[in-house]
Amino acid sequence: MTTLEINGQNQSFEDIDPSMPLLWALRDHAGMQGVKYGCGVGQCGACTVWLDGFATRACQLTIGALDGRSITTIEGLSCDTLHPVQQAWIDNDVAQCGYCQAGQIMSAASLLERNPNPTDDEIEAAMAGNLCRCGTYVRIKSAIKAASSVMTASALFYNAVQTEEVSA
Amino acid sequence: MNPSVNKIKSTDRRDFLKVSLGLALSSSGSISMMSLASAEASEVLNAYVGINADGSITIYGPNPEVGQGVNTSLPMIVAEELDANWDDVVCKAAPVQQQYGMQFAGGSLSIPMRWDEMRKVGATAREMLLRAAAREWNVPREELTASESVVRHSSSGKAAHYRDLVALASLIPVPDEADIQMKKPEQYRLLGKRIPNASAKDIATGKPIFGIDAKVDGMVYASFVKCPSIGGTAKRANLELIKALPGIVDAFILDGVPGPYNFDIRESHAIQSGVAIVGKDTWSTFKARETLEVDWDLSAASRDDSDAIEAEALAALASGKVEAEIERAGDVDAAFAHAEITADATYSTDFVSHAQLEPQGVLVSAATSNVEVWTSSQTPVFITANLAKLLDVAPGNITVNQLRGGGGFGRRLSNEYVFEAALISRRVGAPVKLQWKREDDMAFDYYRAPTYYRLQGAVSKSGQLVGWKNLVAAASADGKTANYGASYRPYDFPGKVVPNLAIEQSFVTSQTPTGAWRAPISNVYAFAEQSFIAELADKAGQDHRDFLLNAIGDQGWISEGDMASLNTARARATIEAVTKAAGWGRKLPEGRGLGLAFFLSHSGHIAEVAEVSVEGKKITVHDVWVAADVGQAVNLSGLENQLQGSVVDGLSTLAAQRITIKNGAAVQSNYDNYPLLRMPQSPRVHVSVLNSGYRPTGAGEPALPPLAPAVCNAVFSACGTRIRALPISKEGFSIV
Repeated sequence: MTTLEINGQNQSFEDIDPSMPLLWALRDHAGMQGVKYGCGVGQCGACTVWLDGFATRACQLTIGALDGRSITTIEGLSCDTLHPVQQAWIDNDVAQCGYCQAGQIMSAASLLERNPNPTDDEIEAAMAGNLCRCGTYVRIKSAIKAASSVMTASALFYNAVQTEEVSA
Repeated sequence: MNPSVNKIKSTDRRDFLKVSLGLALSSSGSISMMSLASAEASEVLNAYVGINADGSITIYGPNPEVGQGVNTSLPMIVAEELDANWDDVVCKAAPVQQQYGMQFAGGSLSIPMRWDEMRKVGATAREMLLRAAAREWNVPREELTASESVVRHSSSGKAAHYRDLVALASLIPVPDEADIQMKKPEQYRLLGKRIPNASAKDIATGKPIFGIDAKVDGMVYASFVKCPSIGGTAKRANLELIKALPGIVDAFILDGVPGPYNFDIRESHAIQSGVAIVGKDTWSTFKARETLEVDWDLSAASRDDSDAIEAEALAALASGKVEAEIERAGDVDAAFAHAEITADATYSTDFVSHAQLEPQGVLVSAATSNVEVWTSSQTPVFITANLAKLLDVAPGNITVNQLRGGGGFGRRLSNEYVFEAALISRRVGAPVKLQWKREDDMAFDYYRAPTYYRLQGAVSKSGQLVGWKNLVAAASADGKTANYGASYRPYDFPGKVVPNLAIEQSFVTSQTPTGAWRAPISNVYAFAEQSFIAELADKAGQDHRDFLLNAIGDQGWISEGDMASLNTARARATIEAVTKAAGWGRKLPEGRGLGLAFFLSHSGHIAEVAEVSVEGKKITVHDVWVAADVGQAVNLSGLENQLQGSVVDGLSTLAAQRITIKNGAAVQSNYDNYPLLRMPQSPRVHVSVLNSGYRPTGAGEPALPPLAPAVCNAVFSACGTRIRALPISKEGFSIV
């Protein structure tokens, strides 16, 4: 039996082939179908999830090696309100077919969580592992910049509040 | 939004009144609209519009959504004429039923073929709501207006939301077509605006909306292993060993249904022989394939070799081998004899795969005579009849549900994976989720055909393009007719505008299945034609833009009134707009260049300019400008997205996408050896949508063809090297 934390909830997988990629464990056994199968060889990024907070390819992780680890999927990226990256994706009307976009969003959100104000080169480097056959890269970049300004502004606000509290 | 009532009524209700509606561009199939005219009040105004108790308005998009945006744009057309508040609208995929006519996604036809119908649907529903209000308030219909889902009577101040009128409206006889007023373009308040994709939130939050996500109780999972060499059949396999593997429910040989495995989307349910592995989850079936050993009978299998096909084709072109004439006009020999300048060049493109991100996957329940299919097919309309024949069940017992497709590009026009799943489901007696691996998708594609064109051009003393020859070497299974996508279309530019023309053909044997790939033929012919025109301009010492405009001329419609025909005014306008936006003629540093191309396909007049720099064999595409005239814009955001995406997709394909065939089997198998463009290689894209006032035409395809010649012409401007074969990786070039 393997137990993982998926989107904040402990989930146990019983009688599961330990060599099963996390991708298929999520899709077929955990009901998390936002993670998508595109290539199975770590080339397309459609299955991008967070492992302990870092964007990674779910097709390249085997379930047996993940006991006690923490996974975040697109379904767990937001709680009551959308993550700024998800909102920016909607506002910028990024998607065409949309199949790769959950993976794109997980990569973009992972980037901005660590680096809220990335340069163009940093955006391109962080997103180079996610393919889009529809060719929405132009809008993905715009959406990341839009989300970046929201997240940078909220970080400034948060810092300002923190400073007030310290000085009060 | 969660509409309380939005179920569509079945088609066999005796109280449906059929209203026939015309179709402008559909080649076949009838389109009809059902509307209620009964004594029973309903929330349903017609097959496309339901107005719910909570005020939400369900509008059904009839055609498959594969990323081209039609499940937003088609409902927008209805909503415009319905005067619905877009915030009230919930877009849903229509069920697959005869009343919705030609439910397919191909040929960039969804918008043009549905345009009149969607407008009439919306305007008719609106008229019924207005008449209901007139009856309710006992006022003349002419005194009423509708906007934003509300009917108003200005003199009395009365107003009612559609939700409060729909029950009465559903009892109103369907108005005569003559009484239906449709808007003029200047009255549009929704069409031409930028509206986010109706599924944007579901996509951004990972909702299970795609074909691959379909689930039903009791389903099992299947993988289907076919002979890598097309047409090979499974004789024996180590089935007992496979069946004993953990997680495996069954394994068996499916004999298949005899081919030919050609690209026949309407009348074929042929599938190849193979081994079905059925398991309790996807991974078990994938893993079992590593243990599977199959003895293939290769006696009928393809022995294609793409290098040999190319060599034979190029030899045929070099020797001028002509086996058929496609088109002839004027006196070509005289034009070439009297020409000031002639040129002769051969262009070629390789097999390419669709490589849409979602590999084929489908859920079929065929255990009993009641059959149900959940699929992201581009041709759901053709599934029922073929499945009925395959399974020997009544068409009326087959339900097809259309789900969002993770990219189509023509790959989902054929439904063989649906038929595979149906046979497996019938055999195991349970609903089957068939999942192709990416490797299956790339191995058993209907590839874009390789193409080989020998072009010759004649320019007169006055600098005018006066003669054009094209010898096509077409891949052909029977040696007499070109395989799908391997030839040339007689109506393509510059046919019709060049007075002296000869298009001829020879055939090269190939058994490899080919099919429609985003802008079939156009996507390869544009490369050859528009590159060659730039070659002629260069040889004639003329500016490419001027030479191209001069060749196009100014005769207006080449075929009067035909939306699919070239209109020289529209062509000129896009070329002028795009060259202006790109700063055509400006001085560029050494190693940097601009390239232009124009193409008409799918009724869309599109011109593009690329700015590139070249260092050795490394090409950077900095910017691409697009000017597009596809008539009236429906959803401007969706349209611009298609234009931007077509540029990226075109560059992706041009760079290094190439399927090679050895012993009848594809060599490439996945994105590691069949690379798609990645974000760091992606250019800035600047789009201009020209409003010519014409009827809207589709945008899913026509912006792709001009990209390759624009980039290759820019490379020539930058470094003087002319690229005549795609992908450019064949000659050592790369996009960085």
